[in-house]
Amino acid sequence: MKAFTQLTALVAPLDRANVDTDAIIPKQFLKSIRRAGFGPYLFDEWRYLDRGEPEMDCSNRPLNPDFVLNQPQYQGAQILLTRENFGCGSSREHAPWALEDYGFRAIIAPSFADIFFNNCFKNGVLPIVLSAELVESLFQEISAGYQLSIDLDAQTITTPSGRLIGFNVDENRRHRLLNGLDDIGLTLQQAEKIKAYETERAQRAPWLFKDA
Amino acid sequence: MAGKTLYDKLWDDHVVHREDDGSCLIYIDRQLLHEVTSPQAFDGLRMAGRQPWRVSRNLAVADHNVPTDHRDQGIADPVSRLQVETLDKNCAEFAITEFDMSDIRQGIVHVVGPEQGATLPGMTVVCGDSHTSTHGASAALAFGIGTSEVEHALATQCLVQKKAKNMLIKVNGQVGPGVTAKDIVLAIIGKIGTAGGTGYTIEFAGEAIRALSMEGRMTVCNMAIEAGARAGLVAVDDTTIDYYRGRPYAPQGDDWNMAVRYWQRLHSDSDAQFDKIVTLNAAEIKPQVTWGTSPEMVVAVDACVPDPEQEADPVKREGMQRALQYMGLQANQKITDIRVDRVFIGSCTNSRIEDLRQAAAVIEGHHKADSVKQVLIVPGSGLVKQQAEAEGLDKIFIAAGFEWREPGCSMCLAMNADRLEAGEHCASTSNRNFEGRQGYGGRTHLVSPAMAAAAAIAGHFVNVAELNPGASS
Ligand code: SF4
Repeated sequence: MKAFTQLTALVAPLDRANVDTDAIIPKQFLKSIRRAGFGPYLFDEWRYLDRGEPEMDCSNRPLNPDFVLNQPQYQGAQILLTRENFGCGSSREHAPWALEDYGFRAIIAPSFADIFFNNCFKNGVLPIVLSAELVESLFQEISAGYQLSIDLDAQTITTPSGRLIGFNVDENRRHRLLNGLDDIGLTLQQAEKIKAYETERAQRAPWLFKDA
Repeated sequence: MAGKTLYDKLWDDHVVHREDDGSCLIYIDRQLLHEVTSPQAFDGLRMAGRQPWRVSRNLAVADHNVPTDHRDQGIADPVSRLQVETLDKNCAEFAITEFDMSDIRQGIVHVVGPEQGATLPGMTVVCGDSHTSTHGASAALAFGIGTSEVEHALATQCLVQKKAKNMLIKVNGQVGPGVTAKDIVLAIIGKIGTAGGTGYTIEFAGEAIRALSMEGRMTVCNMAIEAGARAGLVAVDDTTIDYYRGRPYAPQGDDWNMAVRYWQRLHSDSDAQFDKIVTLNAAEIKPQVTWGTSPEMVVAVDACVPDPEQEADPVKREGMQRALQYMGLQANQKITDIRVDRVFIGSCTNSRIEDLRQAAAVIEGHHKADSVKQVLIVPGSGLVKQQAEAEGLDKIFIAAGFEWREPGCSMCLAMNADRLEAGEHCASTSNRNFEGRQGYGGRTHLVSPAMAAAAAIAGHFVNVAELNPGASS
């Protein structure tokens, strides 16, 4: 998992409440054999005018010009600003996979659905909860090229005008995300122990350590 | 202090690190990979920029989606094809050894592992597949895992696990004629139930287990998961050691001698403590047939379909009624009156050479009943197929009107083109009789290869013990 420490990036505003995971990644894409590669199908039904199918080449599909992510000033956005209860509905982990694959590293909303919120942390995406008033004020401020700076260690967001907004992430999650620690990452912190085990075991069972 | 069980020994040998909460980091000696549960794990590695910790400890083979006929034409279904091609690509990219569809060594992952000596006594073995328990037949600690754990094992050669409890299942005495390893394990599941082994690692022991070949022990351990246990074990003896001598991935020379000395301690100590002990008398086990939609819904072939009215437990009673409805059977109907529409001999439970010999011995000189639409014989690997052909078994099957296929999972789970039609009864040597498992609406009866072959000839279930007293385990 990618670590998340600081991020200064373009913000895309998705001005809708209750965005569910089926909207984030429609169900036909769950047939995929992959965990990566969902980015082109993120918000598929909103983003394109035709019906998306797994493995479809999206480069020539008709885009919905009204959808925010299709507008030129939001290309390259890594922060999604949205409304309450983001990520509700099915528990599919494909939703954070798709957001991350598209390029989003942080999502700011007044509230998130519980399972989705957890899934984000497993996949290197930082969900930030701010009050509805603060979210509203950010929606008001957004204009072309609007960037925010997020500092996870300090738990602060800095707006282009220099305004400092604090947020809170629980200690354990913050630690894992700051260090990019997924379960594999945590096990790899024991790498020396694994190596020592291998060395010792190779004495007792050398046939298991002769790599052809 | 009490002695150790076989499971205790295997566990203790693989602990890399123990946390305060009792969870342990366990070292994994061998990971087997197949096309269905590995793609997202490989993607995970790529996204994190990780490499396998010890690439040589992984071995891959496509089995679930592969066609069992017209191999030269490739895979028709694009979704299946993509999964198999993805495995090929991932293995090429990460330099993992793969037996691809054109390789004579290709086959069902749990047949290929022991056959190659890639899974050995004393190892920890994992695979993204619940029937990984099969490999416990050689006193390996082997269990199925999910995709995120596949990735974890690839990246770290370890898994975080908590230790299970110890169960001993002793099958005393000797089985009668026509009774096979499959009948033993079905009888065990019938006795302890599909949740009986939940939370345990089961060690199978006793005279009847000792008398089984390695292949028979694999059949038994394969279905440990159907009894609820993630892992099943059989202690090492001469049968085990003889089986592995000379296998391609087995140790050679001095290493072999050293390995054998190590393997010889892989048995439970005489004073070891088990959390639960179950005993069966082998002489009482008859050829088994499942009548319902769970492997525990099983009776002897000379019995009748049970009557839900006789069941006191209302939850069980309702389950029985639902199963009878799905299966299209009547309470108190004789098992031997159940007609079969198709027969499937194959799967990681029963697709090894001895299984095929067992089936061939029953049918030699006979032809399938006209009422039986199809009999599929699907060997467990290319090498099993080659061996069977060298022995002329294929000719016996073909002469009997059976279809001789290429290796793969096939109708065990109907992920490729081989499947039942709704309402059809199938005598199957596989391991799961769940609703729809072998095709939508299909009705599976789990049996031994000998019983399946006999049903193909008769058109209904028959007691193979009476039909052919010579055929035994
Ligand atoms: S043969 Fe059946 S049970 Fe065995 S691995 Fe294949 S699908 Fe699973």
